[in-house]
Amino acid sequence: MTADGGPELIQLLTPEGERVHHPDYDVDLTPDQLRGLYRDLVLVRRVDSEATALQRQGELGLWAQCIGQEAAQVGSGRALAPGDFAFPTYREHGVAWTRGVAPLQLLSLFRGVTNGGWDPQAHNMALYTIVIGDQTLHAVGYAMGMQRDDDDSAVICYFGDGATSQGDVNEAFVFAAVYNAPVVFFCQNNQWAISEPLERQTRIPLYRRADGFGFPGVRVDGNDVLAVLAVTNAALAAAREGQGPTLIEAFTYRMGAHTTSDDPTRYRVAADLEAWKLKDPIERLKVYLARSGKADHDFFAAVEVEAQEMAVALRDGCRGLPDPAPASMFDHVYSEPHLLVQTERAAFETYHSSFVGGGH
Amino acid sequence: MAVTTMAKAINAGLRKALEDDPKVLLMGEDIGKLGGVFRVTDGLQKDFGEARVIDSPLAESGIVGTAVGLAMRGFRPVVEIQFDGFVFPAFDQIVTQVAKHNARSSGRTPMPITIRIPYGGGIGAVEHHSESPEAYFAHTAGLRVISPSNPVDAFAMVRQAIACNDPVVFFEPKRRYWDKADVDLTADITSATSPFEARIVRPGGSVTVACYGPMVRTCLEAATVAAADGTELEVIDLRSLSPLDVPTVAASVRRTGRLVVVHEAPVFLGMGAELAARITEECFYSLEAPVLRVGGYHTPYPPSRLEEDYLPDLDRVLDAVDRALAF
Ligand SMILES: Cc1ncc(C[n+]2csc(CCOP(=O)(O)OP(=O)(O)O)c2C)c(N)n1
Ligand SMILES: [Mg+2]
Repeated sequence: MTADGGPELIQLLTPEGERVHHPDYDVDLTPDQLRGLYRDLVLVRRVDSEATALQRQGELGLWAQCIGQEAAQVGSGRALAPGDFAFPTYREHGVAWTRGVAPLQLLSLFRGVTNGGWDPQAHNMALYTIVIGDQTLHAVGYAMGMQRDDDDSAVICYFGDGATSQGDVNEAFVFAAVYNAPVVFFCQNNQWAISEPLERQTRIPLYRRADGFGFPGVRVDGNDVLAVLAVTNAALAAAREGQGPTLIEAFTYRMGAHTTSDDPTRYRVAADLEAWKLKDPIERLKVYLARSGKADHDFFAAVEVEAQEMAVALRDGCRGLPDPAPASMFDHVYSEPHLLVQTERAAFETYHSSFVGGGH
Repeated sequence: MAVTTMAKAINAGLRKALEDDPKVLLMGEDIGKLGGVFRVTDGLQKDFGEARVIDSPLAESGIVGTAVGLAMRGFRPVVEIQFDGFVFPAFDQIVTQVAKHNARSSGRTPMPITIRIPYGGGIGAVEHHSESPEAYFAHTAGLRVISPSNPVDAFAMVRQAIACNDPVVFFEPKRRYWDKADVDLTADITSATSPFEARIVRPGGSVTVACYGPMVRTCLEAATVAAADGTELEVIDLRSLSPLDVPTVAASVRRTGRLVVVHEAPVFLGMGAELAARITEECFYSLEAPVLRVGGYHTPYPPSRLEEDYLPDLDRVLDAVDRALAF
């Protein structure tokens, strides 16, 4: 397997910011739309770096960084129509951004004030899933539902390179294939599953796994927002037209640690990171926009200002997130009254009220 | 003797097991170069090689399922499940295969597999990283389930688990990984207490408190506070959940007449329920109060900002002790 993704890598924007063409995939975007993508990438990275800082300051319990993967997430997220539905892992902050999930809602999960964070129906995006691979089957089931409702929307399902080893993910491929479900499997191959390199999960490029399941697989430069958008557009269109699933392997790199609890210096060399910095998804778009005259200095400066203002608001918002009421843990365990929960809740409340003013 | 954390004690135990028996091998996610997310396997791949300390693909069912085949081939696999909440993809293999194989083969192919699982809360983690699923496993015939509460026991018990010819689910109380104690790292396991026996870790005559894993320290702290009020708690570290050492608890309850069982796991159908039923049967005429349970609620493990309200603490233990005494 080649470190640069090999000749099969679909690219529309080189790391140097040069616009190139591909025989099968293209996008035709207005300057406004291109600037919009740039703004997305910059703001998502800022959310990510602010959250990392907030974790260091003790405001979050943990944060899973998406730095380096913004183009894969924003490009695929922006390909979605409002009626499409996304199933994320725990790292899809860029997808959440495109689905209108407020960054503070993401932070509330990592701060430990909720195990959810947003209304999946309101955003057409499921809650984050931490157990590796579980959401892939949910995505297929949701797509099967769309099929049965004659809804010509599609589902996109995110997972990592490590996740491809899980039984559930392989079962999801089987179900999607045999039912021709309108689902796009979007694998962000960031080369690492915590400390384990890709070789621990596969002997062939991941996109080629699709062959064995009977649907198409493609490998796209995950740091090229234009190529990701083009490839995802095509896969979603195929799904909507009844052609069933596609596996997209977005070839990218986890530039940060696995999470804020991780220390990647124990298992990977700094030189890799340096090489991938040259393929940064934001830098190449900036170069392209500037060189082609599609954006000027004022635009870039305005995005910076916006990022700065958003960061301040995010910090304040995070610090201001209240802890939930203790008894709220008994809320919604079931959708209908449940005797045991009611009994335990009553005992819990009595016990806690015994402390008020009393002291133990 | 060396002052050692529980994580390091388990590491030392694994190292000894690898040294003593060439058939012992370790498998799990991120246990090699990284040394595990809690560093419990730190340095072992470097010293024993990639064939014996195996970084596995990201698939728990795969880890346990291949361990079954390795066991059939005469190996003694020690597998690591990265966190409590991630054992469930392997649940099928554990319950339908690992647990039953000895019986099905009439004892011809035992399953000397050790399944290490860091468990329990109190570390401010995100979802699925703080759970206490031990009752599911103790409920399954064919599995032994044990949990150390301190570095000394951890060093012995992990080796005893590996030496045992039955499958052992070895629950490691993750929030106690950094607790320290003097551990004799030359101690032999032949002289150690059986890991399937409970131990009285603090004698006392007023109330018996049975607990295990992370709650032992909590209960010992409660005992110190209670003693200042003249209440003497007899704290029993169960150590093993299957088999459950009922005789040791029963003997204690015959002296004290009162039992409080404490665990992080939900009380409903938990280890406390089993112990309460058995003690009621065996010690009915000695009991001065009903057996009381302190534990988790019938709710999903809450987000971390609420975990202090969910987890049993010193106050909740003492509250139960007070209620037992008030009967
Ligand atoms: C079933 C399960 N096993 C183990 C874990 C612990 N874990 C969290 S993330 C991770 C690696 C995931 O790698 P990959 O799928 O490549 O996604 P990435 O984190 O790189 O985005 C592991 C092993 C988990 N969350 N769920
Ligand atoms: Mg990965």
